[in-house]
Amino acid sequence: MPDTTAIARRFIAALPHSHALGMRLEEIGLGCATIAMPYDPALVGDPATGVIHGGAVSALMDTACGAAVMCHAQAGISTATLDLRIDYMRPATPGQTIRTRAECHHVTRSVAFVRAVATDDDESRPVAMATGAFTVERKE
Amino acid sequence: MNPPEPLHVIKQRREGLLRALVEGVPYIRFLGVEFDRRGDELTAVLPFTDSLIGNPRLPALHGGATAAFLEIAAMMELAWNSLWDGVEADGALPDGPLRLPKTIDFTVDYLRPGLPRDAYARARVNRSGRRYASVHVEAWQDNRARLFAQATGHFLMPPADRKP
Repeated sequence: MPDTTAIARRFIAALPHSHALGMRLEEIGLGCATIAMPYDPALVGDPATGVIHGGAVSALMDTACGAAVMCHAQAGISTATLDLRIDYMRPATPGQTIRTRAECHHVTRSVAFVRAVATDDDESRPVAMATGAFTVERKE
Repeated sequence: MNPPEPLHVIKQRREGLLRALVEGVPYIRFLGVEFDRRGDELTAVLPFTDSLIGNPRLPALHGGATAAFLEIAAMMELAWNSLWDGVEADGALPDGPLRLPKTIDFTVDYLRPGLPRDAYARARVNRSGRRYASVHVEAWQDNRARLFAQATGHFLMPPADRKP
């Protein structure tokens, strides 16, 4: 689906805050998106350890989830976060890229449901997981 | 009875604690979050900049920027609360680097789009135990009563703050 990919890529590039955090879209499919955020000392939350702040991980989760909603087959013309819960399982290893894979697993007329997993280089141990509900904006 | 402490000494101590907590965190600087202190009450302020935008068509604040702002406000309130009594009693900051609580989970409830203007947040520590704490935080823009987002988070307290 070349069209969806092009739209999704532009969607990410056009989000100023995602751009400011250095995010890049790595993969996209029907209702799925993988977005990477390279390590950046400006995003550190704990200077003693150099671990990235949870807030930056939240922003990555939110972006990936929104992208997954937008490329779902039943997607609307736009979306906004209704609710997002994030569980932080372990600190991301300093120096490593954090990658989030989000999956939009159910869409109704008005709501899209999403889950996401964030990992660093050790993909067997997730850094964080998220579940969210997003709005589905449809043309009148 | 001892004479009351001079005002500037009190202010210096409290501002010193706030600065010690906030200034060490690069991400707080990156987002541009500031704190307004009235006695022990903290208000987190997120001055608007274009780089906080998520949807340029509306335009609206990025949900991730809102989440990060709320998490910073919640974590700072918790750290501030847990250190306040000790610092007031000792009249000085604790020795060594200040350790911040760690987020266990954080749930954000988006109530309306964040407008392209300054945002404010205040957090309330609902439960603060030796190991775990639960914090609620509310954010608004023009009207204090019209929240645009709220969140609840659980945090793990740093070992140094754990009372024996």
